[in-house]
Amino acid sequence: MITAEQKPMQEIIQYIAPYSKILLVGCNECVTVCAAGGRKEVGLLASALHLNHLKQGKTIDIKEITLERQCDPEYVEELAPYIDGVDAVVSMACGCGVQTVAGRYKKSPVFPAVNTRFMGASLGQGVWAERCKGCGDCVLGITGGICPVARCSKHLFNGPCGGTSNGQCEIGPETDCAWRLIWERLKELGMEDRYEDLMNAKDWRPGGAAGPGKIIREDLA
Amino acid sequence: METFEPEIVAFCCHYCAYTAADMAGSKRISYPSNVKIIRVPCTGKVDAIHLMKALEIGADGVYVAGCLAGDCHFKNGNVRAEARVNRVKKMLTELGWEPERVAMVKLSAGMGEQFAETARKFTETIRKLGPGPGKRTGIDDRAAS
Repeated sequence: MITAEQKPMQEIIQYIAPYSKILLVGCNECVTVCAAGGRKEVGLLASALHLNHLKQGKTIDIKEITLERQCDPEYVEELAPYIDGVDAVVSMACGCGVQTVAGRYKKSPVFPAVNTRFMGASLGQGVWAERCKGCGDCVLGITGGICPVARCSKHLFNGPCGGTSNGQCEIGPETDCAWRLIWERLKELGMEDRYEDLMNAKDWRPGGAAGPGKIIREDLA
Repeated sequence: METFEPEIVAFCCHYCAYTAADMAGSKRISYPSNVKIIRVPCTGKVDAIHLMKALEIGADGVYVAGCLAGDCHFKNGNVRAEARVNRVKKMLTELGWEPERVAMVKLSAGMGEQFAETARKFTETIRKLGPGPGKRTGIDDRAAS
């Protein structure tokens, strides 16, 4: 899923300072799972903004709504009945959701309330780690299911660099060396010979180096 | 300010603090009537939003009373509750409010005296802090809705 974290409170407060009627929009997908922008977080942020205004002896009108998916036009359409009655929109979705809302409602300023971080997996309650860079040409089939693009700090493709130390990455002891993990996994699978196969220089174009990506499915479009 | 009587919400665990409140009653130990108790099945059920909304709609202070460390009936609900209380404290600080308006306390079912003492101390703390966010202005409409 796409992971996100709420922005610092003061940054959000500054965004909405000129406005008195806010539409606060959450998303039921990834940001709900990573507890950054779902219905619960929308309620919490609305409450915090109310408390902030009460501190200043003012009130603010906040309409809370959480869409099924903020990155789909069909769901974003559900905001139409409310948009004319507010001064600004604050979105708690990832950057995809914020841009879909901003693209649909061009007359309303739309502000992000979260920082979108990475595509990650849950390691346990409240812990998420990056697992995919969206490089567009998946190599997991030849690296034992461990991604050297997302999990090697240098995105190396043919074994570890000289910075690996006791199986950990040189950027810090809490980061595993991806190539150590790949080697251990290949050994478990009895596929050590794969380790010797040289991978060619990576073509980064499918992963964004050739401009913004787009998928068009002729059978669906 | 002399006449300010704080309104305090206490989320009390059914298995410990709520029973401790009962114990205080059985032993005829009085504690301030400012404290309004909400019984919860476990303090792990109490979310940050409950604390924030309580403050928003008129509570001057809120505390969560859970089991002693290691004694949670559901293993670690009290640990989770404490983490949430700390999160709300941080949010209140960011917003310019006093973090002392929320607190986590841990009691066993037999600690009736301590329950009453906690209620007294927390009430005094809030009395010194003055009215909470919801008392400042414009809150009546939201509280009623």
